Amino acid sequence: MANPPLSREEFLDTYGPTLHYSPPGGFRSVEDYDALVDTHCCFCGQQCGIRLKVKNNEVVGFEPRYEFPFNKGKLCPKGIKRYLQGSHPDRLLHPMRRTEHGYQQITWDEALSETVSKIQEIQAKYGKDSFAMLSGVSLTNEKSYLVGKFARLALQTANLDYNGRLCMVSAGAGNKKAYGIDRASNHWEDITDAKVIFIIGTNIAECFPITTDYIWRARDKGAKIIYADPRMVPMARTADLFLPLRIGSDSALLMSMLHVIIRDGLTDEAFIEAHTTGFGDVRAAVADATPEWAAEITGVPAAKIEQAARWYGEAETGMILHARGLEHQVKGVENVMSCANLALATGKIGKPGCGHSTITGQGNGQGGREHGHKCDQLPGNRDITNPEHRKYIAEVWGCSEDEIPGKGITAQEILNEIHAGKIKGLLSICFNPLISLPDANFNREALNKLEHYSVIDFFLSETAQHADIVLPGSLQEEDEGTTTSGEGRVIKINAPVTPPGEARRDWEILLDIAGRLGRGKYFQFSDTQEIFNELRLASRGGTADYSGITWEKVVNNQGVFWPCPQTTDEGLATMHAENLDDRHPGTPRLYEGGKFYHPDGKAHFNAVSWRESGEVVDDEYPIWFTTGRVVSQYLSGTQTRRIGPLVDQFPHPKLELHPRMAKELNIKTDDWVTIQTRRGEVIIQANVVNTIRPDTVFMAYHWGGKESANLLTQRALDPISKIPEFKVSACRVRLATPEEQVQGEHTKSLSARTEKNLPVGYNLAERRKELRR
Amino acid sequence: MSDMRFFVDPIRCIGCKACMQACSECDTHKGKSMIHLEYIERGASTQTAPMVCMHCDLPTCAAVCPADAIKRTEDGVVQSSQAPRCIGCSNCVNACPFGVPRYYPEIDQMLKCDMCYDRTSVGKKPMCASVCPSEALFYGTLEEFQSRRGGTPQNSFQFGEQTITTKVFLVLPDGEIGLDMDVISHMDARFEPDAFDHLDPFAHLEPLPMEQPQTLRGRL
Repeated sequence: MANPPLSREEFLDTYGPTLHYSPPGGFRSVEDYDALVDTHCCFCGQQCGIRLKVKNNEVVGFEPRYEFPFNKGKLCPKGIKRYLQGSHPDRLLHPMRRTEHGYQQITWDEALSETVSKIQEIQAKYGKDSFAMLSGVSLTNEKSYLVGKFARLALQTANLDYNGRLCMVSAGAGNKKAYGIDRASNHWEDITDAKVIFIIGTNIAECFPITTDYIWRARDKGAKIIYADPRMVPMARTADLFLPLRIGSDSALLMSMLHVIIRDGLTDEAFIEAHTTGFGDVRAAVADATPEWAAEITGVPAAKIEQAARWYGEAETGMILHARGLEHQVKGVENVMSCANLALATGKIGKPGCGHSTITGQGNGQGGREHGHKCDQLPGNRDITNPEHRKYIAEVWGCSEDEIPGKGITAQEILNEIHAGKIKGLLSICFNPLISLPDANFNREALNKLEHYSVIDFFLSETAQHADIVLPGSLQEEDEGTTTSGEGRVIKINAPVTPPGEARRDWEILLDIAGRLGRGKYFQFSDTQEIFNELRLASRGGTADYSGITWEKVVNNQGVFWPCPQTTDEGLATMHAENLDDRHPGTPRLYEGGKFYHPDGKAHFNAVSWRESGEVVDDEYPIWFTTGRVVSQYLSGTQTRRIGPLVDQFPHPKLELHPRMAKELNIKTDDWVTIQTRRGEVIIQANVVNTIRPDTVFMAYHWGGKESANLLTQRALDPISKIPEFKVSACRVRLATPEEQVQGEHTKSLSARTEKNLPVGYNLAERRKELRR
Repeated sequence: MSDMRFFVDPIRCIGCKACMQACSECDTHKGKSMIHLEYIERGASTQTAPMVCMHCDLPTCAAVCPADAIKRTEDGVVQSSQAPRCIGCSNCVNACPFGVPRYYPEIDQMLKCDMCYDRTSVGKKPMCASVCPSEALFYGTLEEFQSRRGGTPQNSFQFGEQTITTKVFLVLPDGEIGLDMDVISHMDARFEPDAFDHLDPFAHLEPLPMEQPQTLRGRL
C-alpha cells in the first residue's frame, strides 16, 4: 500500500537531499542582523549553547555563546553549520497527499481529515492498538510529554515508542537496576576532578567533541586516561592505556577488571557495607574471570587488563564514561551493570571526581526518555504497569485510569508487528527508522505493508517517503521549550523564527488531530509553557522530578539539573501547576552521601556472567562488522546530509579495514568492496587504516539507500532494554566485481544534488520566495 | 601591542574541522576556510594538525611579494593580500615555509588567515579558537595558557638556514625546546612504504585472534 510513489532518482530531484551552502541572502557583514537569540544546538546530547543571528525572520549565522557554562562558546562542525538547515530549499512547506505520480499539495483541513478518518477506520476495523505511533527525541521535553499523552488519550493506543530506543535505553535500564534512577551520575564539571578516566565504547572526539575538553582538563591536572575500543579513535591516540578489545567482549573485560580489583584488595569495603547490596553474588560471578581468561575473549593482553584495573582501583577519584559501543548490544544492559559494579566496588560514585555516566547521543535523549513517550513509561519516569503511578497520572490528566492503555511494544517490535500485518496504521514524528533501525530491507518491507501512514516532519526523510499524508512540522529554531542535556541539565530552547510556508509547530498539529478525534478536552494548551507546567505536575514525585523547575529559573541559572522536587507543603499537595514551588536548587551530582534511589536507599550490585553476542563470526561470515558515526553527520542524516559543508567533510561512508586484512583480501584504499551479512549487502569504497582491529571492519551509519550500514545489521534485541545489536555482526568482505562497481558509482551519484545542479522542475526561486515566509 | 597570543597544539587536535567550518563563516572570505587541517597519515594514525597562518615577525610571504600587497599590522598580524595590489603571482604561496597562503584563481588573488582581524582588532577571539572543542587552537595571554595546562609553547622555528619567529605559538610536549625542521627529509620519509609500520596499535594481535588471514581469503 505505502510503496514510495517515486523512484529514488525522482525523489532526489524533487525532495533532496540538496546540498545547501550559503546563508539566506548570502554571507553578510558581521554586524548585519536584526537579533541575536540565545538557544542551543539542535544536534547531539551535549546541547551546546549557541547564539543564532536572525534577519528578516531567517537564521543567517551564529555567534559563540561564551557564557553558557557547558561549552563556553565551543562548537563542533555540526553546531557551526546547523543554521544552514533553516531556509533550506528541501524544506516541506505544505501538507501533501501521496498519489500514483508523487506527492500532491493539499490543504491542512484535507490532510488532517484524511489522517483522522484513517485512524478511525483502522481502529474500528482492527482495534485501537492496530494504529501505532513512533516519536523522536529531537523533540523538546514539552513535545515528548505531549506525544506520550496524545498516543494514550487521543490515539488510545498502547503501541507508542521512540527513537531513544536506539540510543541510551540500555544505559537507562542498567542505571535503574544499579542506582534506582536513570541519569548521568554527575554534571560534566566533575570529570575534570577525576584522577583516572575509564572510557569504553565511545568515540568521544567525533560523537561528543566538547566532552574532549573536560577530559583534557582532567589530564592537565594529572589524570590517567584508559580507553577501550576496537578502533584507535582520535582520543584513544592520546590515552595513557589503550585496550583494543574485540567488539561484543566488553563485559568480559569489565568482569576481569573487577576480578583484579577484588583479588588485589582495592575494593572500598566500608562503602560496600554501608551503601550497597548484592556484592557477594558479584564477587562469586567474577571469581574465575582472570585477566588470562578475558585476554582470550577480548584480544587485549592480560597485562594491560591488570594495569587498567589497578589504575582504576588505586586512584583516589575516577570516572567511567561509555556510549553506544557498549550499549548497542544484546548485552547492553549487562555491560552497563558491569560498569556500575566497578564504580560501586571501589566507592567511586557520589563524590566530586567520581561517577559513572553514559554520553547521550540524541539531542534530547535524556529528557526524551523521562516524560512518557516510551512504550512502558508515564511522565516522571513512572512505570505504566504500576497502579499507583497510573492513578496519579490519571488524576493529572483528568481521565479514568482505564483510559490509559497498558504497556506497548518497542520501536523494533512495532516494525516487526507491522511486517507481520498486525499493526496496520502508523503516525510518526521526527523518526527515520528506515535508516536508523537495523535490517533496513526488512523494515522497508514492513513500511510497504501499512494500510495508512501519516508523517509529521520538516524534510521528506527516507521513511517519510513511504507516507500517505505528509504534515509539515517545525524545526528546533521555530518553537520554544526545554531539553535535558546528557549531564542532566534542563535548558531552554528559544525560537528566533516562525515556521515558513504553511508549516506548523508540531504541538499544534497534534492538538488539531486530538481535537478531530474528539479528545480535545484533554489537550487544552495555548502555548508550550502550559505544556511544560503540566509536565512539572505530572513528573512530581517521580524519579525524574521536574516539578521545581520553571522556564524562568532555567534561563536565569543557565540550566537546572533534575531531580528538582517540591519543597513546600502546598507544592506537594496541589493539583494545579501554578501552585508548584520552585525553591529546590536542582541536583548536579547524584548519590552524594551514599544516597541511592532504590526504595531501600542502597545501590544494587548486579551479577553478570559472560555470554556471546547475538551473532558471532563463523566459516561463512568470518569478519566482525561494527558501525558508528563521523563527526560531520548526525544520526540518520535527515538534517546534516542537506548541509553542503558538512557533507563535503565526509561525503560517503567508507569501509575501514586494517592493512593486514586488506593485504589478504587484495584491497587498497578507494577500491570498491562488497560487504555481505545474512541481512543484505553494501557496495562502498574501502579505507585502509591501521587504526582498527585486524579482524574487524567499520562503517558509519548516517546514509540511506544502498549506502546504508543498517542493511547489514541484525534485529537481535537486548532482552531488557530491547535495544538492537547495531554494534556486533558477522560479515564477509571481497573486492567488488566490475558490475558491482558500476552499481556503487550509481548509488554514489544518487546521494545528493548541489543547488546549482537541480533539475528545472525544482523551481528553486519559487521555493526560496516561500521560505521567506 | 596586544598581549593576546595564539596557540596551536596538534596533540589535542581531534580532526573535527570545527575550525575550518567556523573560519568559512567569516564574511571577508564568504564560505571559504582560510585555515586547513593536515592528516598526518590517515592510514597510519588518527593524528591531525590544524594549520593557521603563523603570523611571522618577518614574514617571508611579504618579503617576496613584488607588489607589496601583504601588510603586517602593528599588533603583529600578517594580513591577506590587498586586493588592488595583488597581481596573483603566487610568490607568497611558494615562499611560505609553513605552506599557508593560497592563490584563488577565480578572484586572481592570494587569501590567507588574518587571525579574524575583524574580530581580534576589537577585542574578540578568532572564530577558530573560539569554537575549537579540544582547545587545540587557543587564544589568550601566555599567563592564561600556562595557568590552564602544560606543554611548551614555542615560536622559533629553524627551516634549514632560516630562523623564523612568529606571533603564533606551537605547543610541544613538556620539555621540548625547539623545532629544527629539515622539511625535505621529513617529506621523503613520509613516502617510504614502511614509514609508519611502527605505529600499528594492533601489532600485538598477530595472528588474528578469531581467524587466520589465509583461511579468510580461502572462504571469500
